[in-house]
Amino acid sequence: MAEHVINPKKSHMHRSIGDITISVVTYIVYAVFAFVCVYPFYYIFINSISANDLSERGKVILYPMQIHFSNYSHVFSIPGLLNAAKISVLRTVIGTALTVIVAAFLGFMFTRETLWKRRFWYRFVAVTMYFNAGVIPWYLTMKTMGLTNNFWGYIFPTIVQPFYIILCKTYCESVPQALQDAAEIDGAGTLRVFFSIMLPVIKPILATIAIFAAVAQWNSFQDTLILMKDQSLYTLQFVLYQYINQASSLKALISNTTSSAQIAASLAHAATATSIRMTVTVVVVLPVMLVYPFFQRFFTKGIMIGAVKG
Amino acid sequence: MRNKERRINYKKRRSYIEFLYILPFLILVGAFSYFPLYGWIYAFHDYRPPFPITNETFVGLKWFQHIVSNPVRVNDILRVIRNTFAMSGISLFFSWFPMVFAVFLNEIHCRPYRKFVQTVTTLPNFISWVLVFSIAFNVFGSFGAVNSVLQDLGVISKPISFLKSSEHIWFKMWLWLTWKNAGWAAIMYLAAISGIDEQMIEAAKVDGATRMQIIGHITIPSILPTYFVIVMLNIASFLSNGMEQYYVFQNAFNQDYIEVLDLYVYNIATSGTGNYPLSTAISMLKSVVSVVLLAGANGFSKLVRGEGFI
Repeated sequence: MAEHVINPKKSHMHRSIGDITISVVTYIVYAVFAFVCVYPFYYIFINSISANDLSERGKVILYPMQIHFSNYSHVFSIPGLLNAAKISVLRTVIGTALTVIVAAFLGFMFTRETLWKRRFWYRFVAVTMYFNAGVIPWYLTMKTMGLTNNFWGYIFPTIVQPFYIILCKTYCESVPQALQDAAEIDGAGTLRVFFSIMLPVIKPILATIAIFAAVAQWNSFQDTLILMKDQSLYTLQFVLYQYINQASSLKALISNTTSSAQIAASLAHAATATSIRMTVTVVVVLPVMLVYPFFQRFFTKGIMIGAVKG
Repeated sequence: MRNKERRINYKKRRSYIEFLYILPFLILVGAFSYFPLYGWIYAFHDYRPPFPITNETFVGLKWFQHIVSNPVRVNDILRVIRNTFAMSGISLFFSWFPMVFAVFLNEIHCRPYRKFVQTVTTLPNFISWVLVFSIAFNVFGSFGAVNSVLQDLGVISKPISFLKSSEHIWFKMWLWLTWKNAGWAAIMYLAAISGIDEQMIEAAKVDGATRMQIIGHITIPSILPTYFVIVMLNIASFLSNGMEQYYVFQNAFNQDYIEVLDLYVYNIATSGTGNYPLSTAISMLKSVVSVVLLAGANGFSKLVRGEGFI
């Protein structure tokens, strides 16, 4: 069928003045939305590489001025920041790996007709999405278990995620049962069926879950706030929050880490509260920005499967 | 006969073994989701953190009475409830925004442009509230882009403190929430729109319908069921705004208007001497009301569309 000939979208025959007005207004309004979403990131980035005396006075608006990268080498010499980056990366990697494999395994197990009291245990896990005891009971529980001021406090509570388990279960159910049956007739046990048959098949949904779990781990802030007093366990998010909010501690940091060489350096390169804030912001945003183009194609899948009831 | 018996035995054993496989994870769920509920007993005790609770510290409903009888506390709680209702109310009132955003985005026929807008407006959803706050601080601060530009244009003579004021704070919080979430929320509607039968739209065009007529009579009615679910979810979580957004944006100037229930529960436990029992008591009440709201919204959904969303 010669679709291009009769495709009304491309024909201008039916276009009224009203239709054209809608088009123009729509294009402009969405350009504004796009600008509002992009510009802040751009603004912070160009400020982090511009002369610090200019950025501090709000002179860098449209393009970088007197480009230099000393802010980046400088922030990583701040004591604690490198360590915070390490903690953030570690919790993201370990937390995501465990969350994904457990979601896959439990999602698979909850489709097994043979599992003892399957429906009951599935509900036991799924219903936890809908209630929570509150900050203090949770904190006291974590304290009792020795998970405050402990790196594993970031990991253990996040391992079992009912929402991801439901996603995996739904996906496993869409895989033909014959695949599992065939393996079992050949003598494969439950674990073998999972690792050799199902795990490779459900990879697409695992990729989606991995992305969302990783972003959640990287962005997590509240657990540091509630559980961790030990500075060596602070995450990048938490350190950034402190930098923004506690101007005094930031000034102390600057004077501590400013070597005589830096004092001698021009005003343009000497670290200021603004330059540190902007640069750390870029450092914390960057990982998300870098993976963002790759996980876009998972969006609709992630949202739509989530809309399917467990 | 013997054979059959053995097979049943084998099946039974297998179902227990499969249960043993998932047992460690069920224990994790028990420890981190169910065990904290036991912490609700702290609401019935005069609990001072270093000292354990005993029979002597038991005070019955003292803290619940305190909530309704202590005039200062009553005032506080009414203020916090007002803020919670305001923030959730504004969100609910504007909950149609992502839907309309999606509908008109779909009207953009230039594919690369549409893709671009969708990509950049979804990005803020993947950064943390700390980063949103950092962006707000850098862009809207005294020397941020907004104040610089307004001053250069001669619109204002002194920088406006956007963040250090309580003016329009509820609406500003909604704006930040929308900046972060609208693009992401729109994806669900875009998926629903792409599911609309193309023939229906063609038929309408043949009959001479304008674009607004197609939107009003075909597109919007087709995605209303999705919108309905979103509204129900909004109602179910009316009291749970989460604390992170408000925690990072709070300061001495806006405290009275920004403190929502979730944040208040955290603040009274951590500020000053820290009132754990009171915080727990309020969490408890909030949980109970939230469960009722969830059940109510789900029941209403069943009544209207024949199925719930849980």
